[in-house]
Amino acid sequence: MNTYEYRKLKNTLASGLALACVILALIPLVYILAGVVMKGAPALSWEFLTNRTVGTGEPGEGIGNAIVGTLLLVFYASMIGLPVGILTGIYVSEYGNNKFGSTVRFFNDVLANFPSIVVGLLAYALVVAYLNVGFSLIAGSVALSIIMIPIVANTTEEALRMVPNSLREGALALGVARWRTVLKVMLVSGRAGIVTGALLAIARIAGETAPLLLTAFYSSYWSISPTEPIASLPLTIFRNYNSPSEVLLQQAWGAALVLIIIVLMLNIGVRLFMRQKTKKSKAVRMRWMTRLSRKD
Amino acid sequence: MDDKIVTKGLNAYFGDVHAVKGIDIRIPKNAITAIIGPSGCGKSTLIRCMNRMHEVVRGARVTGEVLLDGRDIYGSQMDPVLVRTKVGMVFQKPNPFPTMSIYDNVVAGMRLNGEKDWKRLDATVERSLKLAALWDEVKHQLDASGVSISGGQQQRLCIARALAVQPEALLLDEPCSALDPIATAKIEDLLFDLKDKYTIVIVTHNMQQAARVADFTAFMYMGELIEFGVTKKIFENPDKELTEKYITGRFG
Amino acid sequence: MEAHRHIPPIEKYGKNLGGTGRFGKAAIMASSKGSRLRGKPLRFGGDRIFEYTVMGVATLTLALVWLLVVRMVLDAQLSIERFGFGFLIGGDWDPNRDVYGALPFIFGTLMTTGIAVLIGVPLSIGIATYLSELAPPWLKGPLSFVVELLAAVPSVIYGLWAMYALRPVMVDTVEPFFQSVLGWTPLFQGDPVGLDKFTAGIILAIMIIPTIASVSKEAMMAVPDSQREAALSIGATRYETTRIAVLTYARSGIFGACILGLGRAVGETMAVTMTIGNANRVSWSLLDPGQTMASLIANNWGEAQGLQLSALIEVGLVLFVIALLVNAFARIMVGRFMSRVPATGGGL
Repeated sequence: MNTYEYRKLKNTLASGLALACVILALIPLVYILAGVVMKGAPALSWEFLTNRTVGTGEPGEGIGNAIVGTLLLVFYASMIGLPVGILTGIYVSEYGNNKFGSTVRFFNDVLANFPSIVVGLLAYALVVAYLNVGFSLIAGSVALSIIMIPIVANTTEEALRMVPNSLREGALALGVARWRTVLKVMLVSGRAGIVTGALLAIARIAGETAPLLLTAFYSSYWSISPTEPIASLPLTIFRNYNSPSEVLLQQAWGAALVLIIIVLMLNIGVRLFMRQKTKKSKAVRMRWMTRLSRKD
Repeated sequence: MDDKIVTKGLNAYFGDVHAVKGIDIRIPKNAITAIIGPSGCGKSTLIRCMNRMHEVVRGARVTGEVLLDGRDIYGSQMDPVLVRTKVGMVFQKPNPFPTMSIYDNVVAGMRLNGEKDWKRLDATVERSLKLAALWDEVKHQLDASGVSISGGQQQRLCIARALAVQPEALLLDEPCSALDPIATAKIEDLLFDLKDKYTIVIVTHNMQQAARVADFTAFMYMGELIEFGVTKKIFENPDKELTEKYITGRFG
Repeated sequence: MEAHRHIPPIEKYGKNLGGTGRFGKAAIMASSKGSRLRGKPLRFGGDRIFEYTVMGVATLTLALVWLLVVRMVLDAQLSIERFGFGFLIGGDWDPNRDVYGALPFIFGTLMTTGIAVLIGVPLSIGIATYLSELAPPWLKGPLSFVVELLAAVPSVIYGLWAMYALRPVMVDTVEPFFQSVLGWTPLFQGDPVGLDKFTAGIILAIMIIPTIASVSKEAMMAVPDSQREAALSIGATRYETTRIAVLTYARSGIFGACILGLGRAVGETMAVTMTIGNANRVSWSLLDPGQTMASLIANNWGEAQGLQLSALIEVGLVLFVIALLVNAFARIMVGRFMSRVPATGGGL
């Protein structure tokens, strides 16, 4: 084989190899999704979704309290995380072209890459120990909100950065106050980006386990008190994943299925939503300009 | 005079856009042929068909024949990789490899072909840089990065790089449009020296350049070849009215 | 729309931006209030309140980080005072004797992360190459999305899957294979049980692939086409073009992507906890169970108190510092590609 043929061979092999890598990476994804569906589906039933986890392995257990727990945790976390994250994102994007802004941005990036168990430690140190609340819903929510804030701040900043400056300048040139401009710009043009960022952050924290391990702990009861431990879907999986009891194992798979459906729906939903939104026409942009200048 | 490159019924498309329409052109050997015409007339597309660079763009396609020394480069057995070593190209904006030294840039093509003998590589570097009129300026800094030199020098480096693989023809797509007049003059001079050994096709939007440099000139308009002939004739006594209008600056 | 129709062409004013007309005033206001591009803005009334509110909240992020770190350091005091620097090289973790050292876990983290990077990086670069250079346009978007979906799967579900689908494969096929070929090295001693550093490393590799692949892909797509054309024009094949024009040009971005993936692997908790086997000692064999810093905390949290608790928090501190350094380094290398990292990592 001469050099030329050798080169052609390398070319074909390399292309094949690259494709093989893609397929290799997709196998676990397909395998996991298929596995969760197949093993989790048999567990799903109305009773399963509404009964509470007992932990003894008797038939009749369900994950109702875990679903409620996850919803509550996400809800409270969003109450803290969304406003703080969005406002931080606004700050960095609109007012942050100085040293302080860069510092905030840097700390944001740092926070975004904290190992989640460390976030759990921090929330534990603050809420469970120092404030002496103990393992609780509120501690878990604080931990999750810490994870949320940098994600939401980043996506908000991105979304606002994408808004063309001409919109801001146009409004300002027409005499609109700075803060109104920012608010309007955010609410109108940046809305899509901010919403998708929030949804993605929610999808992310819904699946978090480690921080909850250290803060919200677990509860087999229907408690919704903020100062009591609470169940959650990811922890249901963790508790039961190597249980010898068939019933409890089934519980884990069922919880996994519900969790993955929530997470995937949010992710795919966001993606479809984004695809739609990027097709804004120029006429709509003009309409926004007028809305910005109206002093209502 | 023999023809190095001959196109027969050449059509080039970008998806549905018909950029080159049924062109028959004969590029003479060992001469400089210029292709002129207003922006968007398809001249760049035309020469990119001559070394099979056009098809690299997604959705681009070509019909018709392009004969290099009588063989259709679009033939079913022809590998574009080989075609491109025979017909080299220099682009509008100089594009040396920034992560490589001047030396490595020149011999990049040879190394791809497996050449490892440093004596041959050294010889090629010297020969190519001399042909590109760059040797004296950089011979003491062959290790310097390919982008550490001026724009005009970078473009000559690209010419050296193209010549190092010993092509038979050299296509230049508006090679001087990003350069100052002095750098332009240096390149025009070296083209004169090159045409003894190579067939040169140069696309230019600068008519004066075509008049200075080219033996033959082709005038294109809206994808079609309007006129082709000896440069002197095209500029002083064109056959077609459209050609005359363009030469006298009444459009484009 | 009315306002627009009345704006006269700019030539009418020329340099006289200080005109007395309505638009003259607006021009002054525009340049003083300024878009965020121009100089220091003057602040009027509502503006001030808003800006300070927003700034205050942003400061919260900073304050938060500091507050929590300080709190953690305080809680780890007990252990820090007791063991000093020896903590980092102490190989004993014995709750019975109240002796604690972090070495087995630093070691475990290094090993699992090492495997993850060893396997994950080549695969990710292959994927990035395919997505950036080889995939047909209609496939690029959906396929990139699917790869990013790997990052959205919660870590605990990876662990669950690893337990029941990956582990049997490891025990029956993969580990015996490696043992037969490399069993003479200290890396593959002992009986393949399936819940060990090797399995943990593999699941970690799968989890960091979306990060490394998508950032690398962005870096590669940012390489200008003129570079590819340069390579093609001297007769390079597709593969050679990618090698000499794309990968070299993008190499700092790709390197940064790998460090980013490394950072993720270091902090990963749940999937590792569920696959690593929970053994608190130093062992060179990949087939032996082990423990990472993160999994130690996850496994021992419930019952820990006093000195042990403090030691656990100190381990957390060490983990925090390592993750911080790695991610800071990654940020420098990758620059602003950071925003495109899939933030949907479904739980570490």
